[in-house]
Amino acid sequence: MITKRIIPCLDVKDGKVVKGVNFEKLKEVACPVELAKYYSANGADELVFYDITASAEGRKLFTDVLKRTASEVFIPLTVGGGIRSLSDFERVLSCGADKVSVNSGAIANPDLIKESARRYGNQCVVISADIKQVNGAFHVFAKGGREDTGMDAVPWIVRCVREGAGEVVVNSMDTDGVKNGFDLELLDAVCKAVDVPVIASGGAGKQEHFVELFKTIPTVDAGLAASVFHFGEIAIPDLKQTLKNENIVVRL
Amino acid sequence: MIAIVDYGVGNLFSLQSSFKRIGADAVVTSDETTLKNASKIILPGVGAFADAIQKLKERNLDEFLKSQVKTGKYMMGICLGMQLLFDESHEYGVHQGLGLIQGRVIPMRGLIDEKLKVPHIGWNGLQFPKPHFLFKDLKEGDCAYFVHSYFATDCAENVIATTEYDKILTASVAKDNVLGCQFHPEKSGEVGLKILKAFVEQKD
Repeated sequence: MITKRIIPCLDVKDGKVVKGVNFEKLKEVACPVELAKYYSANGADELVFYDITASAEGRKLFTDVLKRTASEVFIPLTVGGGIRSLSDFERVLSCGADKVSVNSGAIANPDLIKESARRYGNQCVVISADIKQVNGAFHVFAKGGREDTGMDAVPWIVRCVREGAGEVVVNSMDTDGVKNGFDLELLDAVCKAVDVPVIASGGAGKQEHFVELFKTIPTVDAGLAASVFHFGEIAIPDLKQTLKNENIVVRL
Repeated sequence: MIAIVDYGVGNLFSLQSSFKRIGADAVVTSDETTLKNASKIILPGVGAFADAIQKLKERNLDEFLKSQVKTGKYMMGICLGMQLLFDESHEYGVHQGLGLIQGRVIPMRGLIDEKLKVPHIGWNGLQFPKPHFLFKDLKEGDCAYFVHSYFATDCAENVIATTEYDKILTASVAKDNVLGCQFHPEKSGEVGLKILKAFVEQKD
C-alpha cells in the first residue's frame, strides 16, 4: 500500500529559513540545510523549499543552499518560488531539485506547464495553487496571494493537470494560519476533479487535523505544513504514530 | 569506482551525491574507457522508454553496456534504467529493450484498480520473495520512493522485490550480475543508502 506523505515546507529568503523555527535540539535553526537534515532524519517523506527571495543575489544563495541540501538529504525535494521559465526549471533541477512547483508563473505564462512537462516529464511539474473563497466561489490568487485572478480554482487545476502537471498542491488561504484544520470542502472538490496526487496545505494546527484530512478524503495523498512543524507543535514521528493508530498507512 | 552512465537522460546530481555519502567514488560518464575501468555500472533514467533507448543507441552504448555485462561486471538499472534491461516495452508502441533480463514493461493503467492514481508516486513498502544481497540490510515492509506509470511483468524467477499497488508490482529484479530497481534508491532515505551500499560492497 502506498503511504500517505507528510511534508514540511521551508520558506527561504536570502539563503535562510524565514518563518520562525523553534527546535531545542537544533542550533542552527535558520540554516535550511540543517533543518532539512533534521526533518529527513525525523520522518519527513519529502521536503518543499519555497524561495521567497526577490533579488538575483538571494537567488544565488538559494541555489547554493539547495545544492548543499541535495547532496546531504536523500528524500524527494520540491522547489517553488519565482519559477517563471524553463531556465528557472533548469536552474533548480541542476542543483538537485526533483520536482518544481509553479504558481504565478503558470498564471502569467499558460504554456509553462506544457513546455516544462514535455522537457522534464509530468512527474517533475507540480501546480501549486493559492485559493480563497470569493462570494462563495473558490478563486485562484497570484503573487503570493495578493492578487485575485478571478479564475475558478477547480477548472484551473484541471487545466494544469491536462497540460502535464503531475501533482497538485492545494493551498487554502482561508484556512492557512488559522490552525483549525484543512479546507476539506475545497480539497474534496479538487480530488474529485483530478487523478494525479493532491497535497493538502493550509490549516494544520494539531495532529487530529491530519487524521481528519486522510479519513474524510482518502484520495488526498499528502499533508503539507510549515509552522506547526517548525515550532515543534507537532513532531512528525508522533504524528505518524497517531496516523498509524488510526489505520492510516504511513512510512515509519 | 562506480560509473553512472550519462546519456542525456535525467538528473544525476542526487545519485552521485548518494554514492559520495556512503563513501563510494562515483563518476558520471559516457566515456567507454571510464566505463571499462569502472568496477560497477549504474544505468539511470527518467522519461520515456523510446527516447532513452534511442539515446543509448546514438552513443553506441547499448551494445557496449551489453559487452560490459558479459565480462561479469555488475550493472544496476534504476527506474527507467531498470525498464531498459528487459526484452521490450509497451510504452507508446512496442520498443526493443536491451534484452538482458526476461520480461516486458507494460502500462499500469487498465491493470490496476481504476480509482488508483497513475503514476504510482510516493513511498511504498517492499516485499522480498527471495533473499538477495541488495536487500541484506533491509526488512520486509521497508519503504522506497517510487515514481512510475509502467511496470515490468513476466520476469520469471528474476523478481527479487515487489510492492503492492492494488496488484503486486515488480520493484526489483536480478539476473546474475544484472540488477534493477524500479524505485529510486537515491531518494529513499536510509533504506536507499543501504541498498546502494550493498551494491557497492558486493564482491565480483
